[in-house]
Amino acid sequence: MYVLRMVLRNAFRHRLRTLLTIAGLTVAVLAFGLLQTVVGAWFAGAEAASNARLVTRNSISLVFPLPLSYQARIRSVEGVTEVAYSNWFGAVYKEPKNFFAQFAVSPNYLDLYPEFVVPPEQRLAWLRDRKGALVGRQLADEFGFEVGDLLPLQGTIYPGTWEFVVRGIFEGADETKVTRQMLFHWDYLNETLRKTTARRADQVGVYVVGIDSPDNAAAISQRIDAVVANSLAETLTETEQAFQLGFVAMSDQIIGAIRIVSYVVIAIILAVMANTMAMSARERTAEYATLKALGFGPGFIVALILGESLAICAIGGGLGLALTTPAAEMFKAVVGNIFPIFQVSSTTVVLQAAAALTVGVLAAIVPTLQAARVRIVDGLRAIG
Amino acid sequence: MSVPVSYIARNLWTRRVTTLLTAGGLALVVFVFAAVLMLDAGLKRTLVTTGEHDNVVAIRKGTQTEIQSGLYRDQAAVIEMHPAVALDADGGRLAAKETVVLISLTKIGRDKPSNVVIRGTSANGFALRPQVRLVEGRMFRPGASEIVVGSSVAGSYSGTRIGDRLRFAQREWTIVGMFDAGGSGFDSEIWGDVEQLMQAFRRTVYSSMVVRLGDSERFAGFKADIERDPRLSQEVKRERQFYSDQSRALSKFITILGLTLTSIFSIGAMIGAMITMYAAVANRVREVGTLRALGFKRREVLQAFMVESLLLALAGGIAGLAGASLMQAASFSTTNFQTFADLTFGFVLTPAIAAQTLLFALAMGLVGGFLPAVRAARMNIVDSLRAS
Repeated sequence: MYVLRMVLRNAFRHRLRTLLTIAGLTVAVLAFGLLQTVVGAWFAGAEAASNARLVTRNSISLVFPLPLSYQARIRSVEGVTEVAYSNWFGAVYKEPKNFFAQFAVSPNYLDLYPEFVVPPEQRLAWLRDRKGALVGRQLADEFGFEVGDLLPLQGTIYPGTWEFVVRGIFEGADETKVTRQMLFHWDYLNETLRKTTARRADQVGVYVVGIDSPDNAAAISQRIDAVVANSLAETLTETEQAFQLGFVAMSDQIIGAIRIVSYVVIAIILAVMANTMAMSARERTAEYATLKALGFGPGFIVALILGESLAICAIGGGLGLALTTPAAEMFKAVVGNIFPIFQVSSTTVVLQAAAALTVGVLAAIVPTLQAARVRIVDGLRAIG
Repeated sequence: MSVPVSYIARNLWTRRVTTLLTAGGLALVVFVFAAVLMLDAGLKRTLVTTGEHDNVVAIRKGTQTEIQSGLYRDQAAVIEMHPAVALDADGGRLAAKETVVLISLTKIGRDKPSNVVIRGTSANGFALRPQVRLVEGRMFRPGASEIVVGSSVAGSYSGTRIGDRLRFAQREWTIVGMFDAGGSGFDSEIWGDVEQLMQAFRRTVYSSMVVRLGDSERFAGFKADIERDPRLSQEVKRERQFYSDQSRALSKFITILGLTLTSIFSIGAMIGAMITMYAAVANRVREVGTLRALGFKRREVLQAFMVESLLLALAGGIAGLAGASLMQAASFSTTNFQTFADLTFGFVLTPAIAAQTLLFALAMGLVGGFLPAVRAARMNIVDSLRAS
């Protein structure tokens, strides 16, 4: 018990230095946690995506559509239970900075997405209104959309002003689901296109395919692609998760950079912490020699220094951990719409604690070795 | 008389380990700071060189990118015939009608495809962009299924060397040449004959059109004419403006992310510098007393410790900058959020960035060293001489 008290007394002997070190550690652990959360947020969409759904798109690239007639052909493939389709609409709500995803979807689209929960009467109201739209809870909260609101969008891919009526608001089945999007009737889009630009009608962006078992995903994907091989629009089918990861992979160098940088911040604080411990130990060489002269073994000295280092890291790391969640919420409030899911995961918390512990141990190694090895006579002679 | 600099520098040398650790921490912060600025400068340089000042891009109103845009043949003819458009040596109009689409290619060493811009153009497309030069092989022939690849594309995606064949849009396309676009965004593109590509992709409309103005001053009039013409649904922008608008989100993202990170890191590094300097002061109480007794004034002691802190920061700054300058050999490729296409750009170290970085390092030293130096300067001579 008294060892612990001695460790704490030692730690706060240079109050200013220790407080500065703790502040540095808090900032570093906090920054590390936030960066890990940013990286995690990037993958959130892909993690929420399902392995039990396939996405079939044009093999040239997503920019190219597929003919509507493929629905029946894909439906006939063995193992396929449901085929829905959607088009990326890409319109602007008032200003380009209000970016959110809009999809023109087939009526059965929601059957494939059980994670989007719509009250039955709202779903019925949506199905009955050709101009009806469903908006996700996150989106509705951000822009204050309510059922019955008129929602005008300025088309970019499909020119013109489009009007929708909010008929329902869907909730995510759990917190990891991204509901920052809007769904409306593909038929509304198609009928308008028939009148304005007929050559763009009857085309589908991607098919979303429900399958009997996720284990068959690879085989079914191959069968779907084989059905339309050598046609005007060949397809590429992959699981929804792989499809979403494809988007993440496009910015993987940025993610990689953030990852590296999150370890750099730990390296910086390690340098600061090691410095503090080296200075403290050097100043106390004479004391350690005295302790040894009194009969305490090297193990005791090691425990003293390591304990001090760990105590400082525990306080700094603990503060950093405690601040991470409020800081993440503030960060989310500031950047808002870039990351719909921004949650500090339990892995991040464990990593933060591990980083603080590692810094505490590493920073103590050199001073410990020096102090444990010092000869009593030399130590007593040393001047700090 | 002030305390000699050599004396100050030797103080740092005496506490090598501490100096090294503190300077190391500072160097890491400086490195990140410089790398972010260099990356943003690289992105800007890539975009500025992509656009020519007198070139004007026409895209459909309301669209930000060529991918979303569309332009009918009759509309293209109207724009081409506008009197402000420059003529070439043969009396033809300097206008390139282009189709721009994305195709998925797989980068060597990765399993996920990236989107690459494929641009259908004509001889005028090259004439309008003098920075684009063919460096290997030959030009694609009009009417043939041939393509030429940009220098950032060639070799970094599978099957993109000269002589290779790429299959897309139900055709085999032979790569017959490689062009260098002087570090501009075109380096990340593949070019082919516009008529062939439109047929292959079953497109009936162009994506966009680039024209050269005969007289730069006529831009305002040209813009007004095009945007007022009831036959047209296009808007026009200077090419340079067009490309910088297109990457504004990416540039903003890099800058905000990077500067937020460095400001957080700099807190850690400044705390490190402060700890070191406080310790330096605390260890040298008698020395400070001696200096004061020898006749050095408070101001000079303050100055001496500030110089020590600045030297420490400068050492860290130079080390960090040296590390960052090595990054110039690396290139960075990522998807532009606005165009969805892959864009490759490098880290560019400009004298302005080097100066900014060193100033940033010195500022950290200044902030970290100020309070400890004040403490040293305020010591009482008699007390400090008595200190053990």
